Amino acid sequence: MKGLLLALIVTVFVLLHQDFWFWRTAHPLVFGFLPIGIFYHACYAVGASLLMWLLVRFAWPSHLEKDAEKEEPVKAACAEGHR
Amino acid sequence: MIPAAVVLLYLCVVLYIGIFAFRKSEARGKAEDYFLASRSLGPLVFLLSLFGTNMTAFTILGSSGHSFHNGIVTFGLMASSSAVVIPLTLFFIGTRVWAVGKKYGHMTPVQIFRDRWECGHIGTIIFLVQALLLMPYIIIGVMGGGTALQAISGGFVPYWFGGGLVAIVVMSYVFFGGMRGTAWVNTFQTVLFLTFGTTAVLVVGAGMGGFSTAMNDILQSPSLAPLLTRERVNPAYFFSYMFIPLSSIAFPHVCIFCLTARRMTQFKKTVIYYPLCILAIWLPSVYLGVAANHVADVPEIRQKIEARQILASQGAQLPDEERSRVRAQMASDDVILLLLGKYAPVWLAGLLGAGIMAAVMASDSQILALSTMFTEDVFAYYGGKARFGEAAQVATGRLFVIAFTLVAYIVALQAPARIFELAVQYGFSGYAALSPLLIAALYWKRSTKWGAAASTIWTACAVAAVAWFQASVPAPVGPPTVVWSIGGFELLSRTAGGTSVLGGFQPVVPMTLISALLMVVVSLMTKKPSEATIARYFPQ
Repeated sequence: MKGLLLALIVTVFVLLHQDFWFWRTAHPLVFGFLPIGIFYHACYAVGASLLMWLLVRFAWPSHLEKDAEKEEPVKAACAEGHR
Repeated sequence: MIPAAVVLLYLCVVLYIGIFAFRKSEARGKAEDYFLASRSLGPLVFLLSLFGTNMTAFTILGSSGHSFHNGIVTFGLMASSSAVVIPLTLFFIGTRVWAVGKKYGHMTPVQIFRDRWECGHIGTIIFLVQALLLMPYIIIGVMGGGTALQAISGGFVPYWFGGGLVAIVVMSYVFFGGMRGTAWVNTFQTVLFLTFGTTAVLVVGAGMGGFSTAMNDILQSPSLAPLLTRERVNPAYFFSYMFIPLSSIAFPHVCIFCLTARRMTQFKKTVIYYPLCILAIWLPSVYLGVAANHVADVPEIRQKIEARQILASQGAQLPDEERSRVRAQMASDDVILLLLGKYAPVWLAGLLGAGIMAAVMASDSQILALSTMFTEDVFAYYGGKARFGEAAQVATGRLFVIAFTLVAYIVALQAPARIFELAVQYGFSGYAALSPLLIAALYWKRSTKWGAAASTIWTACAVAAVAWFQASVPAPVGPPTVVWSIGGFELLSRTAGGTSVLGGFQPVVPMTLISALLMVVVSLMTKKPSEATIARYFPQ
C-alpha cells in the first residue's frame, strides 16, 4: 500500500512538470521580476528535493546495502573472463 | 589580462589538487584505487563531484545562450526535468549499480551486463557504442576550454593555446590522480560554479539597477515578450525533454561514479540535494540569459538581437552564405561573459571566469571513464591483466588517458565545433535510449543478452539515422520542413534546431520507447540466463 501511494505521488509529480496552465502567460511577475513560468519550475525543483526526501524516508532500499556487504568470494567471471 | 591571470592561477590550483590526491592515496598501483578511488568517497565529495560530473560547458555558457534566444523555457526543458529525473534514476538505478558493483567487484556497466546476462562479445558491442557516443563530449570539452579562455582573456590567449593548456591540465590530474584526483577536482569546481551563479546574479542585477525594470521592458516589447512565456514552444517538444535526463545514469562516467561511494547511504543526501544544486546553478544562468535581451547598449549583444530579427523577418529570402553569416552573428554562448564584462569589476570577472572554466572542464571524468572501460572491458577482459598483471593494467589506463587527450586536442584544432555540438545532441538521445539496459539488468529477471543486443543495435542505428537525416535535409529558417506525413499528420520533419517526429516530439521519445520495447520482445523470445545467475542478482 505504501509502495503504491509513493508510486502515485512520483507519477503525479512527474506529470506536474507539464504545466500547461502557465504556458502562455508571464504574469504574475513573482517578487516583481520572476515570470510565473520560471518561478513555477524553480518551485518544482524544490518540490523534487522534497519528493526525494520522501522516498529516502519511506522507500530506502536498505536491504541492498546489507546484501552488498556480504562480499562474494569470487569476483564475477566476466571481469577477466574471455575464456 | 587580469581575468586570464586569475584563470591561469585557478588551473594551477586544480592541477595541485589532482596531484595531491594522488599522493594521499595509500593503494597506488591498484586498479580499483586508480579507477574507483577504492570505493571510498565520502558523502560531501560524492554529492558535489557527482553533480559536477553531470555539468558541462553547456550548463553556464550554453544555457544562458539558449535562454537568450528561447526565453524561460530553457529552465523547464533542461533544468527542472533533470531536477526530478536524475535523482530518481540515482535512487532507483544508482543504488543498485553500487550494490552489485560492491558485491561482485564490477568496475564498469559492461562488466555488470556481461555478468548479469552471461555474455561476452555482446558486452564488447555495448562498450563500442558507449565509447563512440562519449567521444564527442571529450572533444567538445577541449574546444570549450580554448573558446572560454580566449573569450575571458579578451583574445589575448589564442584558441589553440587555451585548448592545449586545458587539455594538459585535465590530462595531468586524471593521469596522476585517477578517480580520486578527478573527484576532488570536481568537488572544488562544483563549489566554484555554484558560487558563480549567485555572485553573477547579484553583480549583474546591481549593475542593471534591479531586474524588475528589465522584465517589464521585455514584457512591453512585442518581439521580446514571448521570451517570458512558452507560447512559441510545442508541448510535445517540451514533454520530450523529460526523456533526455534518462541519459545521465546511462553515461558510463556517471554509472561508474555510482561505484565510488563508500556506503550506499551516501546516495541519500545526494538525491535530496541534487535538485537544489540544479536550481542554484541553472536558475541564475537561464535568467541572466533572458535578461541580457534588455542590455542593448552592449554592441555585441545588440548585434545578436538584430541578427535574430533579420533571420526571423527575412531569413527565407537570404542567400545561403548570408544566412550562415547571420546565424553565426546570433551565436550567443558568450552572453553571460559579455554581461560580466559590462557589470563586474575586473578582479571579480576573473574569479567568475574561473567559475566558467570549472564548468567547461567537465571532460575529466569522461576521459577517465573511457580509460576505465578500455582497460576493464577490453584489456582485462581479453586477457591483458592475466598476462601482464594489475600494474600493467593501470599503466595502460594512464597511457590511454594521454593518447586519447592528444587525439581529442588534434581533432579539436582541425574540426568545426558545430559537428561535435550535433554529436553531443545525438549522444544525449543515444544514452537515453540505452537506459532500458540498466533498468532491465537490475529489475527484470527475464531480460536476456539478446534483448540487450537488440536495444544497443537499435540505438546505434537510430542515432546514425537521425544524424544522416539532419545532414541530408537542410535546416529551415521558418516553419519545419515536413518530410513525411500521413493524412496531414506530421510523422517526420526537419526543424531549425533538429528533427521532429510524430507531431512535434523529439527523436529521443521513440528511440527510448522502441529500445525498451525491443528489450522486452527480444528477451521474451530468447533463452534467459541460468537460474544461478538470476538468483545472484535477485536474491530471495
